[in-house]
Amino acid sequence: MNAIAIDQVAVDLDRVPVLHGVSCAVSSGGWLALIGPNGAGKTTLLRAVAGLLPHRGTITLDGMDLAALRGRGRARRIAYVPQIPVLPPDMTVADYVLLGRTPYLGYLSAPGRSDRAKAAEALERLDVTRFAARRLSRLSGGERQRVLLARALAQEPQVLLLDEPTSDLDLGHQQQALELVDDLRQTRGVTVLCTLHDLTQASQYAGHLVLLAEGRVEASGAPAAVLTEELIARVYAARVTVSTGPGGHPVVTTVRPPPAGASKPGRE
Amino acid sequence: MIRTRGRRLPAARAYGVAAAFLVAATLVSALIGAADLNPLDTITALLDRIPLVHLPSGLSPLDRAVLFQIRLPRIVLGAMVGGLLSVAGAGYQGVFRNPLVDSGLLGSSAGAGLGATLAIVYLGHQGPAAVPIAAFAGSLAGVAVAYLSGAVGGSGTATLLLAGVAVGLFLTAVQTYVLQRSAQDLQQVYSWLLGSLSGATWQQAGEILPYSVVSVAVVLLHGRHLDVLSVGDEEARALGLHPGRTRLIVVAACALAAASAVAVSGLIGFVGIVVPHVVRRLTGTSYRLVLPLSLLGGAGFLVLADTLARTIVSPAELPIGVVTALVGSPVFVWILRTTAAVRT
Repeated sequence: MNAIAIDQVAVDLDRVPVLHGVSCAVSSGGWLALIGPNGAGKTTLLRAVAGLLPHRGTITLDGMDLAALRGRGRARRIAYVPQIPVLPPDMTVADYVLLGRTPYLGYLSAPGRSDRAKAAEALERLDVTRFAARRLSRLSGGERQRVLLARALAQEPQVLLLDEPTSDLDLGHQQQALELVDDLRQTRGVTVLCTLHDLTQASQYAGHLVLLAEGRVEASGAPAAVLTEELIARVYAARVTVSTGPGGHPVVTTVRPPPAGASKPGRE
Repeated sequence: MIRTRGRRLPAARAYGVAAAFLVAATLVSALIGAADLNPLDTITALLDRIPLVHLPSGLSPLDRAVLFQIRLPRIVLGAMVGGLLSVAGAGYQGVFRNPLVDSGLLGSSAGAGLGATLAIVYLGHQGPAAVPIAAFAGSLAGVAVAYLSGAVGGSGTATLLLAGVAVGLFLTAVQTYVLQRSAQDLQQVYSWLLGSLSGATWQQAGEILPYSVVSVAVVLLHGRHLDVLSVGDEEARALGLHPGRTRLIVVAACALAAASAVAVSGLIGFVGIVVPHVVRRLTGTSYRLVLPLSLLGGAGFLVLADTLARTIVSPAELPIGVVTALVGSPVFVWILRTTAAVRT
């Protein structure tokens, strides 16, 4: 059963076509990673799914057209974590995570006991309870990523949209963040739709890759089928080798081009 | 409310401090003035007015008249104006995510100024009675024009803010032109522009009461929405909020609050910036606290400022706008320098 089905979605930004009829789907509880060079339309597609951009074509969630869902209804099902979120510097972590309960609040009602409990649970789940009272400006990159995920989790979404969730993090925190997301996916059955720059990470975590280039789907399928040397060379204009890693996933390694005019081989 | 740092006040205590400040400001203002009222008798006379409380007071009938017909209406009107300006300032700051925005923004002050000037210059001796209505209408019209010109295409806050500046400059230019052609009214217009609560009556307080109640209630009810807006329009939308709708509602309510204040007091600057900022320093940035505390704090601040305005150069009066800036600026700088930075 597909949780999210994207069918012939096209988006214009400032009248410039950015996506031209993109179709792809991710099954319930699955993880789909959008990969592709800068400007390929990955973030645009994510924002279209989040309902933040007008688009043509249809996007359905469990067979239900998302265009029919407005505002809070959509926000109860889909949580969106942008690549560069706006973090009010003096807001506390606890208050920020509580914002995740917004879609469940009536127009004039304030967060109640159950909302606070849900927020507290999200803090606990992402192991950030101990700095609940800290201000957002005082968080490290790794802590910030956890807090963002906690806010998304407080939304109790069926679908998690993550735009470059690892872009600001060091190697260890990248791994931690992705493991956390995978854990949420497995324990809560959350469907994950994300963009990732690191192709090896994408192949390790996502069951399904969609390679976008210039607003079109260039390739789609299991990591081993999408991550080929020829395809990456063509789409990214990059020299890479693709080998098989310890877990059987494709590992993409960049290769330096030979120095111009040099005939001897480079360093080993 | 979670305490962010040791220095921040928990919500209950913050309300207590703000309420105590307002009560203290009221008492100080009730006791100070040309007529020398006995402090104890004054306090008992005031308490006697509280329902179900009956206390004998030794105030003479004349002193009673001074207290209940001169000082008290002025205190109540000052408190209302201060509260309205502070809530409007805080509301605008939330809508525009900008701590430097205040209640006179978006053509509000300029529109009021133009309205009052037109009334004074062209309506002759009916002028004085028409000034509040003209200022009220001018203030609302200024905001409406700014909003309509700035909100085209559902664009963000910066465009709206710039449109407000443009409309404000335009209205001020018209006002300057009108004024320049009728120099004999200069004094009267100028003293209105600087703001004053002299001649405050219970009737004035009653006239702006309905608008005050409605506008303040609407703004206060949107505190949580302003907190959501603080993560930006896009994320607020992803959380299910309608940023444009929220902005329209809060701007309309803030405009009504500012117009009500301006109608009875003229232009009083500074209150709408300084009070919410001090509140933020003490309690954090959540608008669910900042808005109601600004209401209380602003009320107390303006009552004190007005007390200074009518006593410093007694029997003459200083324009209250001069006092709020003269006293407020150094206090504000002192606060900025002695407390940790709060960004919004």
